[in-house]
Amino acid sequence: MEDNTIISLKGISKKFDDEIILDNIELDIKDKEFITFLGPSGCGKTTMLRIIAGFLEADSGSVMFEGKDINNLPPHKRQVNTIFQRYQLFPHLNVYENIAFGLRNKRMKEKDISKKVEEMLSLVNLKGFQRRNVASLSGGQQQRVAIARALAVEPRVLLLDEPLAALDLKLRKDMQVELKNIQKRLGITFIFVTHDQQEALSMSDRVVVMNEGQIQQVGTPLDIYNEPKNAFVADFIGESNILDGVMLDDFKAKFSGAVFQCLDKGFAVNESVDIVIRPEDVDVVPVKEGAIIGTITSNTFKGVHFEMIVDIQNFKWMIQTTDYYPVGTKIGIEIEPDAIHVMKKSKYSGMFGDYSSFSDELEKLSDLTEEED
Amino acid sequence: MNKTSLSKRFFASPYMIWAAIFIIVPLIFVVYYSLTDASGAFSLEYIKDIGRYRDIMLNSIWLGFIATIISLVISYPLAYIMARSTTNVQRTMMMLVMLPMWMNLLIRTYSLMILLQDTGIINTALGFLHLPPLKMINTDGAVVLGMVYNYIPYMILPLYSIMAKLDHGLIEAAEDLGANKLSVLSKIILPLSLPGIASGFTMVFVPSVSTFYISKKLGGNTVSLIGDIIEMQFKSSNNYNLGAALSLVLMVMIIICMAVMNRFTSDEDDGGVLI
Repeated sequence: MEDNTIISLKGISKKFDDEIILDNIELDIKDKEFITFLGPSGCGKTTMLRIIAGFLEADSGSVMFEGKDINNLPPHKRQVNTIFQRYQLFPHLNVYENIAFGLRNKRMKEKDISKKVEEMLSLVNLKGFQRRNVASLSGGQQQRVAIARALAVEPRVLLLDEPLAALDLKLRKDMQVELKNIQKRLGITFIFVTHDQQEALSMSDRVVVMNEGQIQQVGTPLDIYNEPKNAFVADFIGESNILDGVMLDDFKAKFSGAVFQCLDKGFAVNESVDIVIRPEDVDVVPVKEGAIIGTITSNTFKGVHFEMIVDIQNFKWMIQTTDYYPVGTKIGIEIEPDAIHVMKKSKYSGMFGDYSSFSDELEKLSDLTEEED
Repeated sequence: MNKTSLSKRFFASPYMIWAAIFIIVPLIFVVYYSLTDASGAFSLEYIKDIGRYRDIMLNSIWLGFIATIISLVISYPLAYIMARSTTNVQRTMMMLVMLPMWMNLLIRTYSLMILLQDTGIINTALGFLHLPPLKMINTDGAVVLGMVYNYIPYMILPLYSIMAKLDHGLIEAAEDLGANKLSVLSKIILPLSLPGIASGFTMVFVPSVSTFYISKKLGGNTVSLIGDIIEMQFKSSNNYNLGAALSLVLMVMIIICMAVMNRFTSDEDDGGVLI
């Protein structure tokens, strides 16, 4: 174990009524890092957070805090604090008393408490709100009070359970920046849970992608985006065309009936693989110059770019371009070697990455159902 | 006047008439009788007369208060445990709380008598064990027991309903911020359940103070409460004026007690729950 590991999860498993929620989770969390658990609803990310906070007990495995097993430590004795999804501000206390709550449990002097509350309120830009009733605050303000309340007790690790889910888009973006700033300034570990990949990519030092109770990939946002480990990660993070392919040799991949140069090696000769190509990495060229040829079946203007669905040998690709091509046009396609990412086959192969049933409305619907969770 | 308020008035009218006949008119009669003498002339004679019953009145309030506090102490943890149990356990416990209420108060009080009498079941059992008999019937304790036994469901229900609504996340948040079990109870659960305590307090205290049947059966001639005196005025002494005067004063005393009680609990803005 490295010196700067603050929390490590060793073989954590958890079941609810025979349903496996967490399956043998192994993870080291470093001191002062901003780490995000990212995954669809029901992937076990919140359960993991609750186990770290001490509200739930794992069926097996242990949570280590600076090398010490804290499995049997009750929540109020752990050096971690939580920002809850629904804030959980105490309705019978005003803003001052909410923030002072943890300090009073530490039996601090009233003078010090008042100083600390003041400091916290200015940290979250709520100066002068001491006497306000928490019920009279807006969602964003309640969120800030919740942050101030958790940070007032100077936790070593702050757990954030989808804290921005209830805010509107504009406010959410502002809070993302603000949270990141606070984390940098105070130099404490943030463990952030979200199902929003945008949020995860823009805020985190490291992202832990989870699905079905298992960690799919751990890495920096750039790693996760550029080098997804399997089809699930590639599909969940951003948009991806995921194709069936064969590695003919090192640096040589065959898919969609053509052979491409790529940067990947170390696969067996003729090993069958998954190929990931991001929609923005595809070059549209005249038909006769293209390695492969497709027909545009739909084209949507997105502001910065056009988003086209292109039929290539009955596989629907998503391609983003800045030039407009009308529906029905035949286009040639060229792909640079560094735009091709090769992955080993996994249990998720063939489940994602085809845009034949893709529609914006469906995407929005599935986003909505996740937020209700 | 628009349509909705017209139909509202229409549908509210039966209740208004009911309230007028059975609540307002009797109250007017109480005030009328208490301020007149037997001939119907205005008189403060009976109000002044009440001084004679001061001790009985204070004793009634005192016993009612004790019974309410005992009910609260028993009900509070019970309601908390109920609210935290699984749905099936909650239903069963709720049933057990409600079940005695399906029986008449007189019958319930009679059965307590049979238990507590000098030759009752408890003393007979003690006799078998060669233990000295206990003096239970006709004591203050028996009366308080009767009050607690009869009225405790009215304490449990409002407490249970408020605790069932209490967001468990708040308790987790408090623990997260370093509160141990005791401070979670004193700083979160207790203040948030104050409205339930207030309505439970009202619903046990008021009938306890004004009861007459319980004290008659379990207190014998040694414990008499203000309710007994009032009943006597109307039933045997035929002194409606004194009875009404006593009722009026009792009502005022109860209102004062409730006002004091509400002062302690009124910092909650969403109000109490009254079932």
